[in-house]
Amino acid sequence: MAIMNIREAIVSTLHAEMERDSDIILLGEDVVGGNGTAGGPEAIGGIWGTSPGLWKKFGPERVIDTPISESAIIGAAAGAALSGKRPVAELMFADFVGVSLDQIWNQMAKFRYMFGGKTKCPAVVRLVYGAGMQTAAQHSQSVYAMLTAMPGLKVVLPTTPADAKGLLTEALRGDDPVMFFEHKTLYGVKGEVPEGDHRQRFGEARVVREGGDVTVVACGRMVNFSEKAADAVAKDGIGIDLLDLRTTSPLDEDAILESVEQTGRLVVVDESPPRCSLAADIAAMVTERAFTSLKAPPAMVTAPHSPIPFARNLERAWVPSPQKIEEAVRRVLAFR
Amino acid sequence: MQLNRDELLGAYRRMKTIREFEERLHEEIKTGEIGGFTHLYAGQEAVAVGICDQLTVDDKIVSTHRGHGHCIAKGCDVKGMMKEIYGRAGGLCKGRAGSMHIADLEVGMLGANGIVGGGAPQAVGAAIAARIDGKGRVGVTFSGDGACNQGTTFEAMNLAVVTKVPAIFVFENNHYSEHTGDAYAVGTSKDIASRAEGFGMKAWRANGCDFFETYAAFTELLEYVRAGNGPAAIELDTERYYGHFEGDPQRYRGKGELDRIRAERDCLKAFRARVTGAALLTDADLDAVDAEVLALIEEAVAEARADEQPDPATVADDVYVEYY
Repeated sequence: MAIMNIREAIVSTLHAEMERDSDIILLGEDVVGGNGTAGGPEAIGGIWGTSPGLWKKFGPERVIDTPISESAIIGAAAGAALSGKRPVAELMFADFVGVSLDQIWNQMAKFRYMFGGKTKCPAVVRLVYGAGMQTAAQHSQSVYAMLTAMPGLKVVLPTTPADAKGLLTEALRGDDPVMFFEHKTLYGVKGEVPEGDHRQRFGEARVVREGGDVTVVACGRMVNFSEKAADAVAKDGIGIDLLDLRTTSPLDEDAILESVEQTGRLVVVDESPPRCSLAADIAAMVTERAFTSLKAPPAMVTAPHSPIPFARNLERAWVPSPQKIEEAVRRVLAFR
Repeated sequence: MQLNRDELLGAYRRMKTIREFEERLHEEIKTGEIGGFTHLYAGQEAVAVGICDQLTVDDKIVSTHRGHGHCIAKGCDVKGMMKEIYGRAGGLCKGRAGSMHIADLEVGMLGANGIVGGGAPQAVGAAIAARIDGKGRVGVTFSGDGACNQGTTFEAMNLAVVTKVPAIFVFENNHYSEHTGDAYAVGTSKDIASRAEGFGMKAWRANGCDFFETYAAFTELLEYVRAGNGPAAIELDTERYYGHFEGDPQRYRGKGELDRIRAERDCLKAFRARVTGAALLTDADLDAVDAEVLALIEEAVAEARADEQPDPATVADDVYVEYY
């Protein structure tokens, strides 16, 4: 086991996998950086620091700096994937899905199905997402629910360095398009990472803790916030089953249902507005399939139905907080 | 350009196959047996064949909503296409694609595309892959005078230029983007090709209703791109004989326009006149091809009608390679 943070886990996985498989290529804005400047290539290495050294090691044919052209980035990844490569396309901010949505949604997600199962599209799109850095309405969104709703895509959200390695490796070795979400506030999260080959299967939620009283389902940064809430209620002897989904497509429905069948109480935490959200999706799924196990209505802890504000205190008010999660836990427990 | 007898016959056969495929679909669609949107390629055959005849199976093309011609020219199975358009189980894409999304990766046909402008970036991706593979392959995108106005096309041209990959932008200007004329919709001081030139690409222009002119221009272009000079573009002036989609009343056409373009701008007639005039092929040679093609289309329709519908139990198959 090595200790590293999520950023380092992503960088080392990209290096290792690109070394292992010469079909893997990387393209995006400033993934090299510095091209066409006095500073020269590799002046940046990715604004999130997730691609240093790749250009030098693998060269400009495999590590491609693109203009600011999100549709072309994703479209080129789609075309390269159909042509035998395994592209990794980076969207500097997940919000730019809006610029490139057609190439994700109408193109790469649908190729295999539309073409009668006769092709595959092994592309990985890395999307940097999430609130918490005051990047406001157009650079903070957690658009995973929208992409989870699209058949043909897999949606992955690592919350630990070990999972960042395991899930990215799995994405790069699979044959379907994967939306790989990296929360901008989690890059510095440290932890143990298995050495050598480490793959984390999709659709297997991580059991963060087992407590037996209330099931809390979360993904991304909300897992960390839920842990804080779980610590807080533990002082009153309340035990939380906390599930980190790891992937929202495929979704580990069994893990959620098994836990709810034990606890009878569900809180879903989702860093996005409530309508047509992941929280609503999971609450509906549990209500339909485990209705008789439920002792209280499922609770959704989400952001309000609003864009993401800039001011520090407003942003904090927007993001679901550990306190709100704690309140929801107590609410579902109190329901009679 | 020296095409031998077999190459000439092959080119004619493919152009004629496209023409008769489309002429027959125009009739069959009226029966109500074929659903959805169908956009016919008749009139533009010299473009698809003049270009695809010079590509190998490993060169990739990305097509448009008006894609039947590109499919046939690149080597897609005609019967499989007809079944696909009829929505049958034996279709090239098992009845999932219909007219607008036919693809056959085995022949380097990366897909027709229901989204105007959807394909151009993908051809750049194919070109990125081709450059890595280092075998002189190219990625070709077909775009019309409609798609030339999409941002994706601009982004793709710029990305191809800055990465210097072997991408080829083929602009088929049939003068109508849906129901609007290029004189209105294409804002340019000159023509579509000049936009490519504005991005720093070398561009060619040719009469897209003349197979030989299209072929010759593309020969030069292809040699240039295969030699590693980066991307290039070509604009072909062509005509579509039918509406934007089948059922389009075409009220935008001028009086006598359809008769005129059929009389004066027919690549098949021009081809026949040229090769018989030069004594390269005889009318009898070409008539024999005509008969073969008509028989093939007849069989394709009969087999498509007789083919089974897809099994409803397969409705959600093939969404993923693996999903767990």
